[in-house]
Amino acid sequence: MKILVLVKQVPDTATQVKIGGDGKQIDTAGITWIVSPYDEFAVEEALRIKEKRGQGEVVAVSLGPDRAKETLRSALAMGCDRAIHVNDPALATADTLTTARALAVVIKQEAPQLVLCGRQAIDDDMGAVGAQLAEVLGWPCASWIMEEAVDADAKSVRVGRQVEGGLEVFELPLPAVLSAQKGMNEPRYPTLKGIMGAKKKEIKDVKAADLGLASVTPELSITKLEALPARPPGRVIAGETKDAVKELVRALREDAKAI
Amino acid sequence: MAGAFWCVVEDDRKGMPKKVMAEVIGEAARLGGPVEAVWLTDKATDEGLKQLAGWGAGKVWLLENAGLAPYRGEVWVPPVAELAAKESPKAILAPVTSRQREFMARLAAKLGVGLSADSVSLAMDGDKLVATRPIYAGKLLSKATWAKQPWMATLRPNVFKPADAQDGKSAPVERPSLAIPAAQMKFVERREEASTGLPELTEAEIVLSGGRGMKGPENYVILEELGGVIGAAVGASRAAVDAGWRPHRFQIGQTGRTISPKLYMGFGVSGAIQHLAGMRTSKVIVAINKDPEAPIFKIADYGIVGDLFEVVPELTKEFKRLLEK
Repeated sequence: MKILVLVKQVPDTATQVKIGGDGKQIDTAGITWIVSPYDEFAVEEALRIKEKRGQGEVVAVSLGPDRAKETLRSALAMGCDRAIHVNDPALATADTLTTARALAVVIKQEAPQLVLCGRQAIDDDMGAVGAQLAEVLGWPCASWIMEEAVDADAKSVRVGRQVEGGLEVFELPLPAVLSAQKGMNEPRYPTLKGIMGAKKKEIKDVKAADLGLASVTPELSITKLEALPARPPGRVIAGETKDAVKELVRALREDAKAI
Repeated sequence: MAGAFWCVVEDDRKGMPKKVMAEVIGEAARLGGPVEAVWLTDKATDEGLKQLAGWGAGKVWLLENAGLAPYRGEVWVPPVAELAAKESPKAILAPVTSRQREFMARLAAKLGVGLSADSVSLAMDGDKLVATRPIYAGKLLSKATWAKQPWMATLRPNVFKPADAQDGKSAPVERPSLAIPAAQMKFVERREEASTGLPELTEAEIVLSGGRGMKGPENYVILEELGGVIGAAVGASRAAVDAGWRPHRFQIGQTGRTISPKLYMGFGVSGAIQHLAGMRTSKVIVAINKDPEAPIFKIADYGIVGDLFEVVPELTKEFKRLLEK
């Protein structure tokens, strides 16, 4: 069974982000980059499916600039077999739909039985690419999945997707797209052997032209990034616990009208 | 009608629109309307249709079919895309919920238009719509605009001002004749979560959140007791979830739920960036922490530096006393 996993390189949560010179993108100087955490759940799940079946191939795919290779190396170090890097300046302002269209071409070329991705990347938090990819491919998809089980013939997959108040369980014919929610597994740490081995694994470079994408016009464009408006300074209520609580409740009801 | 603002209805699966729809419809009206609701359901109720009209929908497009429940993308997208091609709406809006999040993304791909997910503000700039949404763990705001119509956006709950409900209003209901495709995904079962008896985290007007300072899973009962008194949901920080004290569905933050309640109260929550990402658009933020240096105090409107195990019982007692009055 061939499984394709989509991974994205994003700034580490704790990294400070500053608005860049053009006002539309961040200044990437000094940023620590990581694999988007939800994508790690997807990689882990793909590897587990392969291990359980005792055979198969897991291919990691990332769309991003040169530095995105580090993210692909991390996925290879975890155990993916090979990687594809969609790397083209023409895709620098790609919105979710452009990204989905580009990845759909890769997927058609690779023809996997299953595509896994994270429920969202933690940079722009759009959470749309997986579903849009399914739409472009005409495949079924299930988002925010907490569990999966591929049947013995690799013809269908049973998944539990997280919804308000519960879990909805579906059986999807393969091929399909699944997006991973936190809690479905605990991603492994790459072993030293895995890290060394990753250096020898193939990362194939792909340009927009290889995907038949001549010109790329995003459907949604960022016009401006802004800093958060400052919150008014807060008030620390001092005093004995009992008095402080009384005053807090009074302030919440009368001043803030929050309750 | 051409040029309408469509609001895709999120319902309670029992024939009533959820109250978050008052926010979506209210925003569509503020942006200039005309406002039309699009409701996909296996069973609508007259009461539900009246509710949509009462909030300000001038028309309801009702797609009622047993195949539409539970939500499956491949069943929902084609009829709405067909209707959109006929009716040319100017915009399609929906609240952020588990199914709308996926449905709106798929529909945008089908229609070949842009989607602004989890928007916190929408505004007209001349004849263009501009969406504002938090990015990078809520550290920045991004403004974006669309290359063409329909402009599609999902709206973060509890952020947009809800429309006032007006009694006695009704709106024409159109049942368009559209093919509902057969499902590829076979529904197996729905497993309900054990109910806490408290509101859903993303829908609650008041949220209490317990962090590492809760010291253990057994202590969340004091937050649940307070939650029961004031009608609040109880969530947790990543530290508490990763320690196994609470199931992941209760996690607030970048790798959990994003909430925007009227009142957020953090107990023993330090305020790590990844937690702030999930709650910083809350209207009023209260922090209770022993450590005066905890970063959460930087964004809190009110704070008490103290032991939560003393503060929580006092809060419960004080609110009980007020409610008895």
